[in-house]
Amino acid sequence: MISHFLKLEWKQFFRSSHWQKGIALKIIMGFFVLYFMVAFLAIGVGGYYILKKTLPALDPLQLVNSYLLYVVLGELVLRYLMQTLPVMNIKPLLILPIKRSMLVHYVLGKSAISLFNIISLFFYIPFAVVLIIEGYDTGGALGWLLAVVLMTQSVNFLNFLINKSTIALGSIVFLLLATIGLQKFGVFDITVFGGQVFDAVYASPVYSLIGFVILGVLYNLNYKQLKSLVYLDEAVSQKVEEATSIDLSFANRLGDVAPFIKNDIRLIWRNKRTKTVFLMSFLFLFYGLIFFTQEAYRDMPAMLMFASLFITGGFTLNYGQFIPAWDSAHYKMLMSQSFKYRKFLESKWILMVVMTSILYVLSFPYLYFGSRIFLMITAGAIFNIGFNSLFLLYAGSFNRKKIDLNKSGFGNTQGTSATQFLIIVPLMLLPMLLFWVFNKFVGYNSGFIVVASVGIISLLLKKQAMNFIEKKYIKDKYVMINAFGKEA
Amino acid sequence: MITIDTISKKYGKTEVLNVASIEIPTGQSFGLVGNNGAGKTTLFNVILDLIRPTTGSVISNNIVVSESEAWKNFTGSFIDESFLIGYLTAEEYFQFVGDLRGMNALEVTTFIGEFEDFFNDEIIGKKKYLRDLSKGNQKKAGIVAALMGNPEVVILDEPFANLDPTTQIRLKQVIKKLTDTSNITVLISSHDLTHVTEVCERIVVLDKGIVVKDLVTSAATLKELELYFSV
Repeated sequence: MISHFLKLEWKQFFRSSHWQKGIALKIIMGFFVLYFMVAFLAIGVGGYYILKKTLPALDPLQLVNSYLLYVVLGELVLRYLMQTLPVMNIKPLLILPIKRSMLVHYVLGKSAISLFNIISLFFYIPFAVVLIIEGYDTGGALGWLLAVVLMTQSVNFLNFLINKSTIALGSIVFLLLATIGLQKFGVFDITVFGGQVFDAVYASPVYSLIGFVILGVLYNLNYKQLKSLVYLDEAVSQKVEEATSIDLSFANRLGDVAPFIKNDIRLIWRNKRTKTVFLMSFLFLFYGLIFFTQEAYRDMPAMLMFASLFITGGFTLNYGQFIPAWDSAHYKMLMSQSFKYRKFLESKWILMVVMTSILYVLSFPYLYFGSRIFLMITAGAIFNIGFNSLFLLYAGSFNRKKIDLNKSGFGNTQGTSATQFLIIVPLMLLPMLLFWVFNKFVGYNSGFIVVASVGIISLLLKKQAMNFIEKKYIKDKYVMINAFGKEA
Repeated sequence: MITIDTISKKYGKTEVLNVASIEIPTGQSFGLVGNNGAGKTTLFNVILDLIRPTTGSVISNNIVVSESEAWKNFTGSFIDESFLIGYLTAEEYFQFVGDLRGMNALEVTTFIGEFEDFFNDEIIGKKKYLRDLSKGNQKKAGIVAALMGNPEVVILDEPFANLDPTTQIRLKQVIKKLTDTSNITVLISSHDLTHVTEVCERIVVLDKGIVVKDLVTSAATLKELELYFSV
């Protein structure tokens, strides 16, 4: 039976959309995964020595131990947001002669080897190895390793128990903030308590076996809960949300494009992935803080330009690059309706321009970093509005991947193809290069002027550009219909 | 009204459609039957300019569909659920299609009101997005949307599939009314021989992309079709 399941998993993995993608994307995704693995490995191997060097008075193991409880809380929040039990997978198996208990074990067992649980091992295992090499007690280090692995697994199953209630999330976030606060003001230091727990495990590895008990209890609770819910109207059901209609008649003033604008607003608000894109674009506003506060970037104006583009461009970049794939599910229908393609494209353009403008207004507090930074953001905004919006519309005509709007937003790469990587060149690198060249060889202000001018010139040429883009979309109509009709 | 002129479609070496010539006069109710893979949906997609034929062209009301888009103004269609916008409610969807077809909000509401019986109280005012409706109810919404804006040509692919018996009967009445009273050309495909023979004046049978029968519906047609398909 298990071998059947494994075969299914194998096929699901290799036939999933991740593998159907172009070779360029595969390579880049491969690098991405590799990067994280190497990064964690590096921290695992080097972490001990770094801690030893920066804080020679403290024992690295005890230091790590003292923060493990924070890791648990942080992980719970992260998992709450990103990890759900893959229960829908068993729907087709429900009517086959397989015991319900078997299916539940399968779903739960599968979750134990999810990426969330694996990735931390890349830190814990090398760290434990280094401990042994550095002369720590082998039994103690292995006991500690066992304890943290069991801890990760316990967190995994605890997450599924509390996953359904927002109250749980609230209390965890509250607990996290409260402990940080209490520690800050010296009332109660959770790191001392947490440290003691894991230090004790190191001192006498037998204690790590307690982890098995906790894990066992949590697994059992999950098992009992899930087993009673494996019915089509319970766990294995698609959630139906109640439709909420808001009055969008204000958009009617936009004339011909109004129906599309209204549609796009609903598209963004009613689908997980687009909603994530929308909300994330506000997070991008803070992107500049990383760069503007660091001394190291002061002397790298091109990097500051990069940040400036992101501050106002979060929406344009993330939404624009998947035009028209957002509408891929009903693209056929749109293509059989009588409207000028121009209106469809125009509505997307208006949306990007309006959002960039809003983000620009919200970026005013960056004046705090001085007028130069703000000029840079302004130039970036003009570039985003003028050049990037039009360019993304054009680049969109190369999109050939369907997007299933019902799938979640985080880490969803559906719809991604080589196009998404190639467009980065003119979108980001071009303004950076222009800025750098003029800044270096002509003078500081010329950098802004050139980047902003490219934006303004593009804006002036909008009509011509739109004609060109529209022709391209009409020419590629059949290819797009065909591509969007295929399962993602 | 619609002339299908030597349409063929090849994918690689396999030919999925090869229709020499079909002439559909204005106001005819035209039925297309055939087993799975006969090319019914492909033919409809070609007529709607959603698929480009390998050879030949479709002329609708003197407009070559692949050259001008003017035919869209008088053509309503529903092929499958991908014609619905899943994240809209039915009302919003009708309003959207109405907007594109030059109807104002009031006209849309009045038009939809005429289909109260057809919807059987399951579409309007349900606070559900189209993606969450059942297959049958999705189909009802799609069919009615295809009728919006006084089309001269209506194309429905498998309109009876997934519908409950009551709605099937009502749909037949709706289609009959279209062709009888307002001279609208209706093209439908179906697997249900009884339904097509009841509704359509003319029935064309496709097999592996080729027209094998072209019948004017009479009392004997159903028998003839049943005999043909019971091989």
